[in-house]
Amino acid sequence: MNPIVIAILVVGIIGLLCAVMLTIASKFMAVEVDERIPQVRECLPGANCGACGFAGCDGYAAALVEDPDLSVSLCVPGGATAAASIGKVLGREAGDVAKQVAEVRCSGTCEATSVKMDYKGLESCAAAKLLFGGTGKCVYGCIGLGDCAQVCPVSAIHINGGLARVDASVCIGCGLCAKTCPNGVIAIRPADAHMVVDCNSHQKGAGTRKSCSAGCIGCQLCEKNCHTGAITVTDNLASIDYAKCDGCGKCIEVCKAGCLVALNITKAEVVNG
Amino acid sequence: MKELLAIVMAAVLVNNYVLAQFLGICPFLGVSKKLDQAAGMSVAVIFVMVLATAVTYPIQHFILDKNNLGYLQTIVFILVIAALVQLVEIILKKYIPALHASLGVYLPLITTNCAVLGVCISNVDNYMGVTAFGGSFVQALFNALGSGLGFLLAMVLFSGVRSRVDKCKCPECFKGMPITLISAAIVSVSFMGFAGLVENLLG
Repeated sequence: MNPIVIAILVVGIIGLLCAVMLTIASKFMAVEVDERIPQVRECLPGANCGACGFAGCDGYAAALVEDPDLSVSLCVPGGATAAASIGKVLGREAGDVAKQVAEVRCSGTCEATSVKMDYKGLESCAAAKLLFGGTGKCVYGCIGLGDCAQVCPVSAIHINGGLARVDASVCIGCGLCAKTCPNGVIAIRPADAHMVVDCNSHQKGAGTRKSCSAGCIGCQLCEKNCHTGAITVTDNLASIDYAKCDGCGKCIEVCKAGCLVALNITKAEVVNG
Repeated sequence: MKELLAIVMAAVLVNNYVLAQFLGICPFLGVSKKLDQAAGMSVAVIFVMVLATAVTYPIQHFILDKNNLGYLQTIVFILVIAALVQLVEIILKKYIPALHASLGVYLPLITTNCAVLGVCISNVDNYMGVTAFGGSFVQALFNALGSGLGFLLAMVLFSGVRSRVDKCKCPECFKGMPITLISAAIVSVSFMGFAGLVENLLG
């Protein structure tokens, strides 16, 4: 017989035997996969951002099916739609998912602050941070080399005037940028927050003033003037409890530094009322 | 008996597949982070090595050599090993799901693990035709077992080394894979000390 035919037959038969063995084995030792896992997975957006705390969307789907007490509303990018559809698959109540977005808590534009060195190193905030705490005069603020913009899965962050800015309409609130920022400038806030403190400096007022004209000096005027007690000043920096803030806008009027930024305040109602 | 002991000792210590012949480095570096995973992976490798030798050796002897098809060795062996690894994966998934989950991608990687193919081929090269089929087949099986045990030894030793290295302060530029590779090289050098051991002990 032709040696080529023999070779083909030999390999073919060995392959066939292996195939038969594997088929039998997979039939007899089949593991039942919960059919709800792929269904839940379908409801998730598939960004694999890890905002839920699990290893990707597959991990969250598997954990949801296994653990009946796990909240269905952990997916930030998927938001209320994902939570509702998961709830439908699993027969559970979907809680409210507030849409969240990232906020760069810094107002240190090129006009407000300046650099303390002529940095010519790697174009990376993490690298610049290693050199005397960053390029800017303020070591708490945005370095502006765009590490956050690079990790953003939806390209919502752009560097503008030496400062990273988040496009809130595009941001999915996954928090990757907040984890990447070497200064921890970026925070995740509710998308419908009335106002934000755009400063991250814990220096004393005088120190902040020296390095940046837009920074929070910790004067506590906003704290004193807030009628709901939503603003507290700790370590020379104001912070807002978004749950308490009703958006009256009084704090913005009294703020001398200009680090409080209005997003959607209900000032008109207050004036009229 | 003494001969079989010599084969196993030589495979474990002198010709250790990972540390002396540098085969199977991928799982060696990938799964050696934790002791239990390293041991589980090694047991799977031992199982696959012995099984693969038990299947490929007769195939070489009775089918390939008889038909002058020696050139098909690599392709047939890879085919058989791949099928066996799939079988091991199915079995693990059914009976030891925890181990299956912790081995993750490294289990299918045994398919292309050069250590397994290396054992099968070196068995054929070293033992085929030296004695009658029965005797050489047993020797080959023991060599496969010894090679697997050698893999286990290397994995267990190295997972210990690695857990100590992870706790140490090492320069930033060496953190992670660089220091792991350097420690692997040092462990490998230490195994050079076993050269000549078997000849002098059992020879």
